[in-house]
Amino acid sequence: MVAIPSRHRSLVLLTGVIVLQLLLLAVQVKRDSQGRLIRVWTVGAVAPFERAGARFFGGIRGVWDHYFALQNASRENERLRHENDTLKLQINQLQSKAAEADRLAALLSFHQGHQSVPMLAARVIGASAAAASQTVYLDRGERDGIRRNMAVITPDGVVGKIVESYRDTAQVLLLTDKDSGVGAMLAESRIQSPVGGVGEPLLAMKYVANDDVVNLGEHVVTSGMDRIFPRDLPVGTVVQIKPGNPFKQIRIQPAAKLERLEEVIVLLSLQPLDLRKESGMPAAEGTGKIPPGQVKMEKP
Amino acid sequence: MNETYETFDLRVGESHIEVHKFRGGAIVLATVVALFLQTSVPVYFPRFAVLDLPLLVTIYFGLSRRNPSTGLLLGMVIGLLQDSLSGPTVPLGLYGIAKTVVGYLASSIGARLDTEHPVARFALTIVFFAVHQSLITLTRRLLLVQPQVWFNLRLGVAAAVNAIIAVFLFMLLDRLRKN
Repeated sequence: MVAIPSRHRSLVLLTGVIVLQLLLLAVQVKRDSQGRLIRVWTVGAVAPFERAGARFFGGIRGVWDHYFALQNASRENERLRHENDTLKLQINQLQSKAAEADRLAALLSFHQGHQSVPMLAARVIGASAAAASQTVYLDRGERDGIRRNMAVITPDGVVGKIVESYRDTAQVLLLTDKDSGVGAMLAESRIQSPVGGVGEPLLAMKYVANDDVVNLGEHVVTSGMDRIFPRDLPVGTVVQIKPGNPFKQIRIQPAAKLERLEEVIVLLSLQPLDLRKESGMPAAEGTGKIPPGQVKMEKP
Repeated sequence: MNETYETFDLRVGESHIEVHKFRGGAIVLATVVALFLQTSVPVYFPRFAVLDLPLLVTIYFGLSRRNPSTGLLLGMVIGLLQDSLSGPTVPLGLYGIAKTVVGYLASSIGARLDTEHPVARFALTIVFFAVHQSLITLTRRLLLVQPQVWFNLRLGVAAAVNAIIAVFLFMLLDRLRKN
């Protein structure tokens, strides 16, 4: 056996450790597995601390929001007054549009049309440990009926889907993640195209032809084609359009506040949902927020 | 600060190399706290995600322990834990490999240079952040065939922020050394 000089031992160890991890990577790519066992152990060990941390940091933020932030109350008041005037104008415009009334009616009937769909409110207790991944952890898991590929939403819009479900915790892949995607369509023109994340705050709508007309500010809703999200849930708003080859480069501002998630709703169903079929209504047009009071769910 | 360092007989050229020892469980505690903060704080303060605390812990203990073998093993463990607490975009081994190399390099450099001065720590953190990011990009592009930028303004800002925080964090971690 060849003796390794002591000064080279660490180099040999480095090579061995890297080769082992390369093999681990290769196995995951080849088998399309994610090393579930190791993840279960790690998440199981960290989740209790995250729960405690969620309460602690939530308290800190409460103090900040209700005390320190009041120092800016005067400026905030001025801004809100201006915002109020703008909103009044918007309300007048909204009232004059019959089509948008239909949209609101469709969204108001969301709960009535899906009474058979159990929903579960869950608290966000943790985020991804790596900036390259856009995920969050929930305080509910398999014991509460959460399974992989269930849709996660807020009253504002689509959040993402469950990618891993552990005993008391579940991991949500946010729409902004590079691997994320949702079947979507433009609310007015009904042009369908998947919307996905690019690892940044804005989403991308990928396959809209240059000939198609898309307007800034146009709402994007779910199409239901991915068989995960019900049709006509708000996805976001078009904020950037550039010509591309062969498709337009469209950026979407997510409807849900993905960077400030605290509580979400998990749709406890793996069956594809059809809003029109269940609510007995024609296809809803446009988009908007789901009134929180309209979503019946189990208490967290 | 009246710290006493254990001095081992490691010599490079003419300079003595001081290898620091830490209180029992200090490394484990620092690692767990770093991972906990990394996964918890961004939920309430999203901009905190720009920090890579596990990387800073890897760099610090690498520079202090000055033993390449323990440095790379610590980097591997921290990296794999970080991988397992991330989403499916991050396969096990992605951060593991990057932090293994950073742990090795930090330990090796720590055995040759004075890494106690804040300016040295600031500069080294920027260099290691760049190495770490380059390794992740390289792994993604070559092994996982995924698009990944080499550098952008956001990463530049992240490197600077991490380096500034590192200076203060390392001072805090210095208190975990055995007196």
